[in-house]
Amino acid sequence: MKEIFLNPQLWAATLAMATPLALPALGGTFSERSGVVNIAMEGIMLIAAFFAVVFAHATGSAWLGFLGAIIVGLIVALIFAWAAVSLTANQIILGMAINIFASGITAYLLNTMYGFTGTPTDTPMLPTIEIPGIKSIPFLGQVLSGHSVVVYLMIIILFISDYFLFHTNLGLRLRAVGENPEAAETAGINVIKLRYLGVALSGILSAMGGAYLSIGVLNSFNPDMTSGRGYIALAAMIFGKWTPFGSFGAALLFGFATALSMQLQNTAFSKNIIMMLPYIVTILALVGVGGKSVAPAADGVPYTPKK
Amino acid sequence: MSAILEVRNITKRFPKVVANDNVNLTVERGEIHAILGENGAGKSTLMNIIYGLYKPDSGQLIFDGEELNISGPHEAIEKGIGMVHQHFMLIPVFTVAENIVLGAEPKGITYDRKKANDLIREISQRYHLEIDPDAKVKDLSVGLQQRVEILKAFYRKAKLLILDEPTAMLTPQETQKLFEIMRELVKQGMSIIFISHKLEEVLQISDRVTVMRRGKAVGTLKTKETNEQELANLMVGREVVLRIEKSEYKPGDVVLSVENLTVVDQQNVTRVKDVSFEIREGEIFGLAGIDGNGQLELVEAIMGLRPKKSGSVFFYGKDVTNFSTRQLYREGISYIPQDRQADGLVLDFTIAENLILREYKEPTYSRSGVIQYKKVYENAEKKVKEFDVRPPEYMLKARNLSGGNQQKVILAREVGYNPKLLIAVQPTRGMDVGAIEYIHRRILELRDKGAAIFLVSLELEEIMSLSDRIGVIYNGQLMDILDGKTAIREQIGMLMAGSRFDKTTLEAR
Repeated sequence: MKEIFLNPQLWAATLAMATPLALPALGGTFSERSGVVNIAMEGIMLIAAFFAVVFAHATGSAWLGFLGAIIVGLIVALIFAWAAVSLTANQIILGMAINIFASGITAYLLNTMYGFTGTPTDTPMLPTIEIPGIKSIPFLGQVLSGHSVVVYLMIIILFISDYFLFHTNLGLRLRAVGENPEAAETAGINVIKLRYLGVALSGILSAMGGAYLSIGVLNSFNPDMTSGRGYIALAAMIFGKWTPFGSFGAALLFGFATALSMQLQNTAFSKNIIMMLPYIVTILALVGVGGKSVAPAADGVPYTPKK
Repeated sequence: MSAILEVRNITKRFPKVVANDNVNLTVERGEIHAILGENGAGKSTLMNIIYGLYKPDSGQLIFDGEELNISGPHEAIEKGIGMVHQHFMLIPVFTVAENIVLGAEPKGITYDRKKANDLIREISQRYHLEIDPDAKVKDLSVGLQQRVEILKAFYRKAKLLILDEPTAMLTPQETQKLFEIMRELVKQGMSIIFISHKLEEVLQISDRVTVMRRGKAVGTLKTKETNEQELANLMVGREVVLRIEKSEYKPGDVVLSVENLTVVDQQNVTRVKDVSFEIREGEIFGLAGIDGNGQLELVEAIMGLRPKKSGSVFFYGKDVTNFSTRQLYREGISYIPQDRQADGLVLDFTIAENLILREYKEPTYSRSGVIQYKKVYENAEKKVKEFDVRPPEYMLKARNLSGGNQQKVILAREVGYNPKLLIAVQPTRGMDVGAIEYIHRRILELRDKGAAIFLVSLELEEIMSLSDRIGVIYNGQLMDILDGKTAIREQIGMLMAGSRFDKTTLEAR
């Protein structure tokens, strides 16, 4: 048991597995801070994962694949925002609809575009980065260096997110809209515009998470490959009390559970039980092991401007 | 100099109601102009039009010498109109400074906390409205929260301040403090519109008063030249009885008997301590006390809505300590809860449905579990008429009624079938004179028919004018029970503050 925890691979895998959770969790923070519950992040991740492969293979550039995935993710998010914010549709039902749609459309397009052999094996991958100074440090170097570029991107976005939400005027307004849209409106703030912004950011970040799975970790797309990460990201966000660093911390915890389950796979433990680990941690986190967390007051409540 | 604001022929219709009907109004510079009217008279609608939240169907607004043509609060703020809403437009988890500058933050991308705080300090000193810019709004008292709202208007350089029912949530002390602030502001050149339905406040603070009734401005008077009775009549549109007459006190059998009741809350804090009292037929037993001294817990425990730690409750001698709320209803006990919107009504149900909330399971309305809507509507038709619910359309959702009419629906449901005991918690909270008069009359009628009434209220005036006997609760303990006829204000006041009363203390003062 001890050697498992001393193995740097476990900790490297924790960071790698936390990334596709942390990105949508950060996205969800923006969306929910503006007052929109976006459970469509799961579907957006999945669609983005698929189109990352499509664009990467078609253009021969992993970066263009990444960009294409973000654009597709943004479009889906804007459709969601239009229905949820402008038409004040029920956000949960809407999100579920998008998720079911995403699962179907990606499986269908996978078969029609690439047949039953799956996505092409010559799809380019996003690069990994070795960090010069850190690389040579024993143990720590193995943990922190040599990850996909998306992992480092996520760390940068993490700091920007925190700064944006808690230190800028726009961040203040975004949070105001999620707490009390009526108060925001009487202070002269455009509630609708800011909610679109929140959802759009969640779409972009979820798309990054999805693309990371298909062209960051692998270079292929499999049906339903996100396997509920969009939902777990939501859990991470709640566990992290709707803050970027909290979300990241929770994502690390869930990432650790995933990494541990991978490490334990060749041991005497039942594989099926081990695979449950990340989900059990999620449930424990949500039933309040980490203390009670308080959602933005107007989270999930549609707003109709007075006229 | 011209007036700061002229309202000319403003009309605003909503589906089924004309909220503002050709309203005219002039607010002079540097005056406190009160707008008096019952709930639903159209005061708030008019203010929302001035503030740009609603668009009028016709009419004109002249502000500061030019025509006001705005499409949202943003522009109203820019022009110099500030509004403090009845329900504060504040974000509890934000700091005072964040709430004030929101939407008009110091320039830049980054939120400049220091500059914002300095600006707030400067303004609060200029207007003598001390406040800590770094405090979270949720930690402030209601009075201080209101101060934040006022500062919000000044930060945006308001020339006209609209205060929408500013005293509704304040304690008497806070109200007096607000009035001092208002006088100070007017001295500094501010013009204030003060919206209220409380006569004595309007008489105390305003220079002129415009009375609104059913969407119309029915008159503007100089405050000095009018009085309570004239304003009340104008507001309601008929002669109003401000002091209600009570018939002789003829108590009968004991109806409710509470013995040594103790209640603890979820945190295991004792809320009600060893309370005992009796209420008889034909008697109103009033419970006076400052908010949060165990009144609510006591009532909820009696009604089976909250567990009792020890003690017993008897109803006509029968032990009902462990009865469920429904069983208590069936015994003939009625209950008007404190919060009519949260506990008294299902806001998204129709009036008709709300009227049978307590009896829907009885055979009259239900056959094998299917609600007999024909009966429900027959009942509603009758009750709406009998209790004068306005508008008298029982298919309307309870949400769309004014507070006073919502209370009438509850009253119709709880009193309509002649209960043996009525427990009423703050039955007239936030209501206007006409509606208060009506509800008081209904309660007295019930008493004269021989029912027992348990009246809990924070309004000492209400307790004193209705009760036959008065209990005073402090910190969960029943301090004393006084005779309603001979009890005096100071005596009750001291008990409410927790000091036992005796003649010598009063004489010593």
